[in-house]
Amino acid sequence: MTKLNSKIPDGPLETKWTKYKSTVPLVNPSNKRNIEIIVVGSGLAGASAAASLAELGYKVKCFCFQDSPRRAHSIAAQGGINAAKNYQNDGDSVYRLFYDTIKGGDYRAREGNVHRLAEVSSAIIDQCVAQGVPFAREYGGYLDNRSFGGTQVQRTFYAAGQTGQQLLLGAYSALSRQIGKGSVEMHTRHEMLDVVIIDGKARGIIARDLISGKLERHFGHAVLLCTGGYGNVFYLSTNAMGCNATAIWKAHKKGAFFGNPCYTQIHPTCIPVAGDHQSKLTLMSESLRNDGRIWVPKKQGEARKANEIPEDERDYYLERRYPAFGNLVPRDVASRAAKERCDAGYGVGVSKMAVYLDFAFAYERYGKTKANQLGLHTASGAEILKLGKAEVAEKYGNLFEMYEKITGENPYEVPMRIYPAAHYVMGGLWVDYDLMTTVPGMYALGEANFSDHGANRLGASALMQGLADGYFVIPYTIGTYLSQDIRTKAISTDHEAFAETEKKIQEQIDRLMNIKGARSVDHFHKRLGKIMWDKCGMARNEKGLAEAIGEIKALREEFWKDVRIPGGQNELNAELEKAIRVADFLELGELMCKDALHRKESCGGHFREEYQTEEGEAKRDDDNFTYAAAWEFKNVGEWELNKEDLNYQVVHPSQRSYK
Amino acid sequence: MTIDQYINSSIGRKTVMAATGLFLCVFLIEHLYSNLLLLFTDGGVAFTEWSHTLVHSMLIRLIEIFLFLAIVLHVVQAIYITKQNRESRPVKYAVYKVDQTSSWFSRNMGITGSLIFFFIVVHMWQFFVPYRIMDTVGGEGQTNVAQTIKEAFHNPWFVLLYVGSSAFLAFHLNHGFQSAFTTFGMNAKKYKSLISLFGSFFAFVIIGLGFSIIPILFYFGIAGKTF
Amino acid sequence: MNLTLKIWRQKNSKEEGKLVTYQVDGISKEMSFLEMFDVLNERLVAKNEEPIAFDHDCREGICGMCSMHINGRPHGPWTRTTVCQLHMRAFEDGETIVIEPWRAKGFPVIKDLMVDRSAFDRIMAAGGFVSVNTGNAQDANCLPVPKADADESFSAAACIGCGACVASCKNSSAMLFVSAKVSQMALLPQGKVERKDRVMNMVKQMDVEGFGNCTNTGSCESVCPKGISLHHIARMNREYLLANITE
Repeated sequence: MTKLNSKIPDGPLETKWTKYKSTVPLVNPSNKRNIEIIVVGSGLAGASAAASLAELGYKVKCFCFQDSPRRAHSIAAQGGINAAKNYQNDGDSVYRLFYDTIKGGDYRAREGNVHRLAEVSSAIIDQCVAQGVPFAREYGGYLDNRSFGGTQVQRTFYAAGQTGQQLLLGAYSALSRQIGKGSVEMHTRHEMLDVVIIDGKARGIIARDLISGKLERHFGHAVLLCTGGYGNVFYLSTNAMGCNATAIWKAHKKGAFFGNPCYTQIHPTCIPVAGDHQSKLTLMSESLRNDGRIWVPKKQGEARKANEIPEDERDYYLERRYPAFGNLVPRDVASRAAKERCDAGYGVGVSKMAVYLDFAFAYERYGKTKANQLGLHTASGAEILKLGKAEVAEKYGNLFEMYEKITGENPYEVPMRIYPAAHYVMGGLWVDYDLMTTVPGMYALGEANFSDHGANRLGASALMQGLADGYFVIPYTIGTYLSQDIRTKAISTDHEAFAETEKKIQEQIDRLMNIKGARSVDHFHKRLGKIMWDKCGMARNEKGLAEAIGEIKALREEFWKDVRIPGGQNELNAELEKAIRVADFLELGELMCKDALHRKESCGGHFREEYQTEEGEAKRDDDNFTYAAAWEFKNVGEWELNKEDLNYQVVHPSQRSYK
Repeated sequence: MTIDQYINSSIGRKTVMAATGLFLCVFLIEHLYSNLLLLFTDGGVAFTEWSHTLVHSMLIRLIEIFLFLAIVLHVVQAIYITKQNRESRPVKYAVYKVDQTSSWFSRNMGITGSLIFFFIVVHMWQFFVPYRIMDTVGGEGQTNVAQTIKEAFHNPWFVLLYVGSSAFLAFHLNHGFQSAFTTFGMNAKKYKSLISLFGSFFAFVIIGLGFSIIPILFYFGIAGKTF
Repeated sequence: MNLTLKIWRQKNSKEEGKLVTYQVDGISKEMSFLEMFDVLNERLVAKNEEPIAFDHDCREGICGMCSMHINGRPHGPWTRTTVCQLHMRAFEDGETIVIEPWRAKGFPVIKDLMVDRSAFDRIMAAGGFVSVNTGNAQDANCLPVPKADADESFSAAACIGCGACVASCKNSSAMLFVSAKVSQMALLPQGKVERKDRVMNMVKQMDVEGFGNCTNTGSCESVCPKGISLHHIARMNREYLLANITE
């Protein structure tokens, strides 16, 4: 436990960050010019960090595996970004955003970090607007807000259903500006495969040029990992196909502790799996739960179509179980409830692993309002329905269209079928207040770190955190480290540590290429995903997790004996890229299970079946588990647990209730 | 940015195409007006006098220089743009269903343009050169211009050439007219459809119909009875 | 479903490519087009053949990475759809589908169906931004923006940079892409300060990259998965003209 120092500044919560900023050691401009920083990843955290650091004068190298920094998966975020602006005059404040985030995270996040996040949230909106991000506006020309789950104020800024895209393009434009100036050297279609440690400090990376297959060495005084989450360990998730854990996993194996790996967020409203061919799952925005009602038939194994099931034979189970919040309970609660119904045999659709999200009532409600507005007081049922559908189309048209493209069903005629899917991970590399991992000089930003969301993330908070880390936190906190490093001259990449690290990676690649087994990479990835989903997904138990660990170990062995990678390594080879990623997932999956097994409580996204209340709700054990688990890598399949105790000085943990 | 750089930029080239194109449209209107004078049953007097006025106006002679310059610029730029456009896709598609996403005429302004250019050469050779350069027509004791035209349109092949070329011109303008406005940045939602509607009316009714009606009426002997 | 696929195979940017025919059977109508490719690739791996390289990432129509010219159209037969959202319902059993990479001088082929679209990044780096350093910004609400302008700006900003506009244009022109960014920024007060330099620099870079000239055929607009309108091109023309007249 002595190994972990979270470096939270002293003093009252509200002044920690202000005080930190005014006392942080600085690097003078002429020294900045000689300091090189490597940023891996170009999503919200990576692009914003790379741009901001380059603006300060540092020499930045940025890497992404996609063909352009603009493709990072932050782009797919739909709903919005939270900020404590209180533009709506509805009582929002920095404290309230801080409090909601801590509570939403089921009291498993650090107060100091979360308060800082809430403090800088406003500046993010200012920055984005100044960059030309076209947020939604009211008729008066001022910014509009919407409400999101887990809060009682309207603090979510949005740009239609494409907020992530607009914010990322904003950060990308700032990054592009620095690329144009030559202050950021961008390396696209490059994948980081390892970090280089010299004298105990992170001093560079080994990256593979995905087109030529060549391994490259890059030096940096500091290395920032902004590589997103590891949700693809489940194979099927809302993550992009290329999202992977390799960068953080390799960093973990080089000494960075892994924080709370078992905290994963399963999003309740995704389009269900259609068949074995499924390659990814598509999210339907949380906003749909504002107007849609979720139900399953009251009869097990119901064979009738949705529209043929009469009203009194439908079970609106969220409204039944959680009358106070109804369909708007937080994500973890809604997901588990859907799973419970399907497991009990009430699921719908061909696979029976789905529930209905029904807008029939919304059509009627909106239709009636519209008819009244138009003065059509004698409108027939059909007319009202038509008006209502048009209103719903205006609000959610693009989502309905997307649903129809994917499923081939018209959601205006039949209720949508939805099911939970892996979406986000709260776990990640353990970082201190400076966002530095346990390896000096190596930082983790955005979803890649174990973050500020505790055991469950609230909607519209991921974008906030990614940008906070990149725009407003790292530019300050990195000074603490780099101010001590101004005398370090750039280290030649001929240094033996670079050579040694590259050699190891080369060996790993050679080994993979030489297996020449019989099964494709996807075959193993799918099997890993199934184990993870079944045993370390929405609900976990001791027996399942123990089994999973054994199964993953066995699968890993099989992978290293039987994977087949056609083509060569000195060329573009997508199968090899996938193999390197899956090899890491096969180790990470085990750690997730191990962490889930050790955390003998239920909290947020981590639900242990053994630890639940009589009504089937998550039951925390604050006495024994109010800590962040930071796993130290010893050997493959072997870790040591370190604990960072969470001290709540301002907020007092209590049972979350949505009844 | 110097004017030279502007003209050689992709948008600058478009502007040259659009400006010269619209200028030529203005000329077409004048030309159509002259043509329609032929329909008067006054023995071709109005037409002949108008031609005479034009030829002897210094202003018109000056504009004429610009007219030729515009044609040359329009053609030269078109050739350059076409060449550049072809080079911009070195490997062609095996299957390319661009006809589903844009009209044939919008994509083949080069072809319609070339045909129109060919026609202009023939047309000038037939009327402009004898009248204005060789002085074999329209002078004292020579055939009057109106009569020359009447005689020419007794030949069905000429009629076909003129009508066909008018049609090509109409299609060329149908795209070119509204395209020129887009190039000048005038494509706001409010009047976009108005521009293309007017463009089509201008192209097909005013220019297409207006120009092809003359040879047809002469061929069938409806026009030109008085000379 | 049984399908005949004719797919462009090209080992790398230096070697010549050709269309290769593949037969695939057992394709379900529920599959997405890229999942059909996954199935084909899985079978190629089983036969120890090299799978087909293609760009894809988010598979939900927003990252702009997927790029296939399917049966003569970028992103295939559906309108306002990216390849990843195209589903096999769009095709008939027994159909022959021809799949080619984007073809343009500005987008050289890297391998099979993958092309290099870094030209777009260079155009962006030339001016597709507002020069505001982190921390410079005033309160977000200090400059009201008329809702109509904000909405119009958003409609341009929705561009995903996939390059379908270039791929479908008979001239391989990148005007729709460039104009979307110019238009987005020109409509907002924040972008107005640099509007002249922005449009001139971006157009200059666009020309350097070897894209063709725009002849307003409108093909780009028809195939754009995000429905970016041609009037953004008009706005860019205007911006460019004004910038040149007044600069």
